Amino acid sequence: MSFFEMHDPEGSVRDCYAEVQRWIDETGVTGLHRRLEEAEAIFRRIGITFAVYGEGGDPERLIPFDLLPRIFSRLEWERLDRGIRQRAQALNAFLYDVYHRGEILRAGRIPQDLVYQNEAFRPEMIGFDPPGRVYSHIVGIDIVRTGPDRFEVLEDNCRTPSGVSYMLENREIMTRMFPDLFSRGRVTPVDNYPAQLLRTLKEVAPPACSGDPVVVLLTPGSLNSAYYEHSYLADLMGIELVEPVDLFVEDGRVWKKTTAGPKAVDVIYRRIDDDYLDPLAFRPDSLLGVPGLFHAYRSGGVTLCSAPGAGIADDKAIYVYVPEMIRFYLGEEPILANIPTWQCGTKDGLAYVLEHLSELVAKEVHGSGGYGMLIGPKSTAAEIAAYADRIRANPGGFIAQPTLDLSTVPTLGEAGVVRRHADFRPYCLVGKRMRLVAGGLTRVALTEGSLVVNSSQGGGVKDTWVLRD
Amino acid sequence: MLSRTADNLFWMARYLERAESTARLLTMGQRMAVLPGSAYRDEWRSVLRVTGCESFLKGTGPVTEADVVAILLLDPENAASIQACLVRARANGRSVRTKLTQDMWEALNMSWRHFEGCTVAEAVQELPVLIDWVKTRTAVFKGAMETGLMRHAGHDFIRIGGAIERAQMTLRLLDVKYYVLLPETDVVGGGRDHYQWTSVLHALSGSRAYHHVYGGVHTPAQIVDFLMVNRTFPRSVAFCVDQMRTHLARLAKEHGTRAACHETADELFALLKTGRNGVFIERGLHESVQHCLLLTNRLASEIADSYHF
Repeated sequence: MSFFEMHDPEGSVRDCYAEVQRWIDETGVTGLHRRLEEAEAIFRRIGITFAVYGEGGDPERLIPFDLLPRIFSRLEWERLDRGIRQRAQALNAFLYDVYHRGEILRAGRIPQDLVYQNEAFRPEMIGFDPPGRVYSHIVGIDIVRTGPDRFEVLEDNCRTPSGVSYMLENREIMTRMFPDLFSRGRVTPVDNYPAQLLRTLKEVAPPACSGDPVVVLLTPGSLNSAYYEHSYLADLMGIELVEPVDLFVEDGRVWKKTTAGPKAVDVIYRRIDDDYLDPLAFRPDSLLGVPGLFHAYRSGGVTLCSAPGAGIADDKAIYVYVPEMIRFYLGEEPILANIPTWQCGTKDGLAYVLEHLSELVAKEVHGSGGYGMLIGPKSTAAEIAAYADRIRANPGGFIAQPTLDLSTVPTLGEAGVVRRHADFRPYCLVGKRMRLVAGGLTRVALTEGSLVVNSSQGGGVKDTWVLRD
Repeated sequence: MLSRTADNLFWMARYLERAESTARLLTMGQRMAVLPGSAYRDEWRSVLRVTGCESFLKGTGPVTEADVVAILLLDPENAASIQACLVRARANGRSVRTKLTQDMWEALNMSWRHFEGCTVAEAVQELPVLIDWVKTRTAVFKGAMETGLMRHAGHDFIRIGGAIERAQMTLRLLDVKYYVLLPETDVVGGGRDHYQWTSVLHALSGSRAYHHVYGGVHTPAQIVDFLMVNRTFPRSVAFCVDQMRTHLARLAKEHGTRAACHETADELFALLKTGRNGVFIERGLHESVQHCLLLTNRLASEIADSYHF
């Protein structure tokens, strides 16, 4: 039986959920459903949408929103907070190390091949010191809960984690619709995130910057699935939302094309993959990108957030070693545990995984968004056999983990409150100092028993509260 | 302001204005079609001609209301159709989401899917309601802009785009209908011309305004004056040119320099100034209108050049 976050082991409502329980009782199921419809109408009107690649249909569908908040007590959050910061710090230390002396590899704690042969490793970055030695300025850490006192990290996102707009919008909608719930001031606000993000970005201005740094948000364009988020964040930070065609490089600096001619840019919060940043440095066939951008970056004319090559730290094969990084760089024990992971690239791992595939969750090392994974217990023998063939063909490309007993959170179902599995993604900001807003994005599987929470696979989102006592 | 942003705002405004103008044209078409002898005049065809959409017709017989509704309201492939204009206005707005207010965006975002799945038969039956809906949506958008949008350069580009589009619609309408306003048609005489003249005013929602300026008498010279050189009627060419010049002047101030587009706007202004009291008819209405169209097109492309679109 999974841990239901609303109840203690005896089945009575936990303190942190008491107020929400009262609210549910007062409003009633019909009342909640009516309010949910209102909320959806607001979302639709505002235009918060999420496109799902390769599924066809509605290109701008709404991400389902669940009305019932997910709640962390102050004590729970304090632990999460320390664990998240610890991890974000270690990941950045690792990035600096692998692009410099590679001490952790020399020390034999992480196999060299795993890093240097990795597609996510960018040799172009070797020897370069990004401002503040920060590579990943926004670290999104996916965390699941498997018991009252147990939080485990599912994966790290060091490149450009998305979803923070849902954290902000979900809270916005909840406060707009249910002001009473927030009137006692117990819920920690999250709306300072954009200001903190901007401060973080300004802290890593390049050497060439003089005066107040000019920050822009670089989006692939309005057809990108996260475009709403890009425009939303740019808006809240009061910075320009630019596309690659709006920028060019000259005299070692990056310029934006404006109606009054070129204007210099200091920091680029890019929401575009490494591959498409600069056709001269990375993919030459890319039609996106700003030619010369990478050179301007390396010569100190501009800062890219996150740094190219930051993806090596969130690679699924590297994930296994994050606890090792924490011990190596910080001399601390990890506060948040990793999930046991078998690497098919090792001989023992492969043998174990192939033998136990029907009990495991197998993933592609380079996959994301819940695509191309196999959930053993929910798959047919034929699906498992087919997946096993894929693993055999390229063992290094796969990892497997046990199916976890994920906690469930209260969710609004047809007939009342139901229990659904959820995960959690906080967003840790790293500049000259570290900042973490007390909250994050809770994603929830909307079908009973389902473990897949990805919005690309039909998962929903809900507001996340961190209570002050 | 990013050049691309200016470009998107400019075109967003143009498409929105075009949707509204087309809606007004459809009202005129409906009105004319119920008057005696409408089949003979093939009134719906002139609606298509004004929008440059005659080539979308399949058959050769008289044009029906259903033909026009299919082409000008619903056809997503036709850049002049209301449906396509709304979709494009929104796509342009979406690319520069941060330069619009929340209310403007919501107005834009609510319109774009309205006609999806609507059949021609349904649309014909519901036409007055649909036209009203389009006018309301654009009015809501403009209202939101009026009271909420910062008066930055983006606002100027929106206004200029709208003004150019509106002037062009008036000019095209005059160009298609110029023959009914020529003095020779006096010879034919009778009620028909009266209908024809008033239809032009109706298409621009100007028949009441006209009466306030000229009383109850319709003469071709006065109608042409009203639509070309009157500086108080918002759909007249002169009014639109005034708007363009006002906002171009603001842009010049903000950017610290004038450009070719400013000269062209002044040229248009000077041209209209000389055209009072039926002068355009004497010079040849068709030629005068064509010349104005040419200048507005040149203006639009010079704006793009000057501001690095």
